[in-house]
Amino acid sequence: MSDVVKFHFDVDGHDFSSAGEASVAVKQKLRALGYPPDIIRKVSIAMYEGEINMVIHASGGTADVEVHEDKIVIILRDTGPGIPNVELAMQEGYSTARENIRVLGFGAGMGLPNMKKYTDSMQIDTTVGQGTTITMTVNL
Amino acid sequence: MKLSEVCEALSLTAVVGDTDKDFDGVYVGDLLSRVMSRVDAGNLWITIMPNTNVIAVASLTEAAAVLLAEGVTLLDDALDAARDNGITVLSSELPAYELCVRIAGLLS
Ligand SMILES: Nc1ncnc2c1ncn2[C@@H]1O[C@H](COP(=O)(O)OP(=O)(O)OP(=O)(O)O)[C@@H](O)[C@H]1O
Ligand SMILES: [Mg+2]
Repeated sequence: MSDVVKFHFDVDGHDFSSAGEASVAVKQKLRALGYPPDIIRKVSIAMYEGEINMVIHASGGTADVEVHEDKIVIILRDTGPGIPNVELAMQEGYSTARENIRVLGFGAGMGLPNMKKYTDSMQIDTTVGQGTTITMTVNL
Repeated sequence: MKLSEVCEALSLTAVVGDTDKDFDGVYVGDLLSRVMSRVDAGNLWITIMPNTNVIAVASLTEAAAVLLAEGVTLLDDALDAARDNGITVLSSELPAYELCVRIAGLLS
């Protein structure tokens, strides 16, 4: 059995109110497939934070989720501004979110740290002016 | 303890969703990426944030319910999202601290 189940989502960068929909959909799919709650929680947190970041910092992008036999891989791609200093962005509490975003509850500077904490591996490929691709793996 | 018992004791308004279910533990917070990693399944989450993102976080964390403090009103699109996702939302005029004190009293 080496079938890989794949999900693809276009994440709208102009609609804050629907942000998180792809993550909620993935969560429901994983639940229907019978994955344990702790795995679903990790994938939900990591994907939600990444999805929100694409919406609030990069005007949207795409989310791909691959369910392998031994791992779940989440790939988030955007063509936003890129992250100039990844080490700084990874620090808890660092945020460039503006006031209009903060009033919605974003901007704690905990998204990237959460993504790292709740996944088994996380890779950030980013180029200023071109975009960011984040690949996260949760082992099963 | 059942949500309906807290609703009754604290005169909470049941805005949307089922209150005939148990909750276990309380978390208070408004910054969503903190809430995301702190709220456990079955928790009652107290916040003053009334937007749809709150419903997404409640859904992903499997919070038992969202309790809006300080008389905050759930926004219309958030109400629709709560209905679609089966999220229970309660509200109260009381501030979060007062709600916590009273809920702690009920639980002890
Ligand atoms: N996809 C992205 N494109 C461009 N910049 C990003 C992207 N993701 C994160 N960043 C930058 O990294 C910073 C830290 O991200 P992080 O998710 O940790 O915090 P936040 O989004 O600002 O707040 P929170 O996630 O707590 O709501 C952001 O403020 C932003 O400057
Ligand atoms: Mg973030």
